[in-house]
Amino acid sequence: MDLPLIWAFLIALAVMLYVLLDGFDLGVGILALFADDEAERNVLAASVEPVWDGNETWLVLGGGGLFAAFPLAYAILMPAFYLPVLIMLAALIFRGVAFEFRHKAVGARTKKFWNGAFSGGSLVAAFAQGLILGAFVQGVEVEDRAFAGGAFDWLTPFSLLVGVSVVVGYVLLGATWLILKTEGATREGALKWARRAAIGVGLAMAAVSLATLSIDPRVTERWGISMSHVELGQIARLAPIPLAASGLFFWLWRDLTRPGAPDWRPYVLSAGLFLTGYLGLAASLFPYAVPFAKTVWETAARDNALGFLLVGALVLLPIILAYTAYVYSLFWGKVKPGEFYHG
Amino acid sequence: MEFDALFLSRLQFAFVIAFHIIFPAFTIGLAAFLAVCEGLWLATKHDVFRRLYLHWVKIFAVAFAMGVVSGVVMSYQFGTNWSVFSDKTASVLGPLLGYEVLTAFFLEASFLAIMLFGWKRVGPRLHFVSTLIVAVGTTVSAFWILAANSWMQTPAGYGLDSGGRFYATGWIEVIFNPSFGARLAHMLLAAFITTAAAVLAAGAAQTLRKRTSPPTRFQMRMAAATLALLMPVQIWAGHWSGEIARDYQPAKLAAMEGWWQTREGQPTILFALPDEGAQRNRAEIAIPGLGDIVVGGEKPLKGLDAFAPDERPPVSITFWSFRIMVGAGLGLFALGLWGLALWRAGTLDRPGLFHRLAVPGGGLGFIAVVAGWIVAEVGRQPYTVYGLLRTEDSVSPVAAGAVAGSLLVFVTVYAIIFTAGALYMARIAVRGFDDEPAELSKGASALAAG
Repeated sequence: MDLPLIWAFLIALAVMLYVLLDGFDLGVGILALFADDEAERNVLAASVEPVWDGNETWLVLGGGGLFAAFPLAYAILMPAFYLPVLIMLAALIFRGVAFEFRHKAVGARTKKFWNGAFSGGSLVAAFAQGLILGAFVQGVEVEDRAFAGGAFDWLTPFSLLVGVSVVVGYVLLGATWLILKTEGATREGALKWARRAAIGVGLAMAAVSLATLSIDPRVTERWGISMSHVELGQIARLAPIPLAASGLFFWLWRDLTRPGAPDWRPYVLSAGLFLTGYLGLAASLFPYAVPFAKTVWETAARDNALGFLLVGALVLLPIILAYTAYVYSLFWGKVKPGEFYHG
Repeated sequence: MEFDALFLSRLQFAFVIAFHIIFPAFTIGLAAFLAVCEGLWLATKHDVFRRLYLHWVKIFAVAFAMGVVSGVVMSYQFGTNWSVFSDKTASVLGPLLGYEVLTAFFLEASFLAIMLFGWKRVGPRLHFVSTLIVAVGTTVSAFWILAANSWMQTPAGYGLDSGGRFYATGWIEVIFNPSFGARLAHMLLAAFITTAAAVLAAGAAQTLRKRTSPPTRFQMRMAAATLALLMPVQIWAGHWSGEIARDYQPAKLAAMEGWWQTREGQPTILFALPDEGAQRNRAEIAIPGLGDIVVGGEKPLKGLDAFAPDERPPVSITFWSFRIMVGAGLGLFALGLWGLALWRAGTLDRPGLFHRLAVPGGGLGFIAVVAGWIVAEVGRQPYTVYGLLRTEDSVSPVAAGAVAGSLLVFVTVYAIIFTAGALYMARIAVRGFDDEPAELSKGASALAAG
């Protein structure tokens, strides 16, 4: 059994779930910047309060899983992304405690501070995650078994582009989540933001895709294009990914511009759009765990460690997904003003 | 001492882990306390238990959030600052940390939502089950993290490949390594004791402000009884840890005790200023021969002279942290006994010297936990994996400037959230039990006599 390959799939799945789930609650945090008043801000926060902690746990699984399954990738990537990881963590700290602190603060100024921490933390965390993703895709300099580049290698026009793209993408997830979870003027506002973000996501996906194709000849070749020739068969094999992305995009746009679509659909379509982008990246980068230096097999832990944890993961992940779904269903439905306030 | 990436990374790790451990220590104990309160409420329908639950769950929410955010930091520290350690130990430690996420973190996060927000959406029984699950989750998390830490202290069930990387030869030996049982018992008891001290302090603060109500009385009695009952058990668990250090990490024990010479009749040192240059203690006050009796084992007990200087842990830090931990623990034992005596005399509700001392005493548990971990971790030096992988060979290839920057960021961020969080928790704790949430106020007049 190819344990590294199975684990590559599982960790990719954990990161994907993280992006789709924490993506919407970070997006809601960013949109709270534009809330009309404290009451609307409370509704926005309440729409994610019961689930944000569970959502963020997928990030811990991503980090912990990378350590457990691909320790060499973890050992190379973390020092390489030292500063953006630090920025992300600091931002997540502020926005995480802000869920509680903004209710507990008494003075107007401290309340304002924690509201700012909630939104600002969400924005910076999203941007930092984009920087990390961009820096990952563009590749990392490796010598022997260690990162051999500089402290600011991650900072390039490409990583900045991906950073902005992730922010726009999370705003789309957040806005479509709010279409599902809110009513009245808040929902109307969310719809407006979802349209803006959808245009942004369309542009961002096109820009990032083209930039990714030009990052490394191996990626271009993966998509069937090289300096000397074009391989139509290879293009055809991967073509369903961009085609699906276009289809989902136009469907989403229809739902956002015409009345009558069920409230859950824009979020699901946005998630689908994310999924195509994710698959596109996976197709571009596989089998690298550290682009373009180390593969999943070169970085994997021992088979007996992978096997020992896999037994638990195969039993526990379905259970985790089941009770996560239960909690989501328990808190299903539109958020009512004043709900979950527990000062 | 050179301010290089190694030193700064050690400083940073010590800071972020010491900050983090405060919150699990509190939430492990508090989750158990909440489960007891809700269980008693379901069983007896006494309103005092429901009010205790609703009151402490707010503090729990703040402490838990701070534990979560500082815990996410920990899952990235090994990679950012200790990448060589990660590369070499992951095939042993990785699955333990992976199991922590899979068996504990998701459980806690999901069922915490029901605990905090599910009152109107689930019945009282399912709500109680959620509280129980969160309490169990916090303990399961401690199980895995202490298994990983104990393996670093007393590695077992492993092999080493040609690249110096560890692999497991037996997972049972890895998890249930020699120091695991003692460490788990010591830490869980520390969590319960720390929480009891904080609960006692909150009750004492309310009493001093004349805001005593039936829940105040109950929480103070329960906290004092917990301290008085658990401290003797904790002393036993600490002694057990000491015996394991004697057998597996004698250099750590020698530093804890301040023993420089290997000899018969080691003393118990009450006070000293260890001088690492001269390799002796200054201003020593000691009870001759008591160390041999307390520590037991084969004589003569080893002093630091049995180890080359580059095999010894920093002596003063280990020596003093140990004394601070023991002193704080004994202080809590005294508070517990004193509280019980006042309860018997019927004066636990009357403000007095006890209450004025119990308020700052609420911090003693946290001090003991942090000091105890300093003993464990500094005492393990100069190794990350004891006897096998040196700390200087574990650090990431990062620039000292980057680490200095990140340390500054963590200190600033944690100072802000610690100040705010401690203030908010203290405010709720001291405010007392007049904060009845509207949605649950039915039947609130039926107050039980504590």
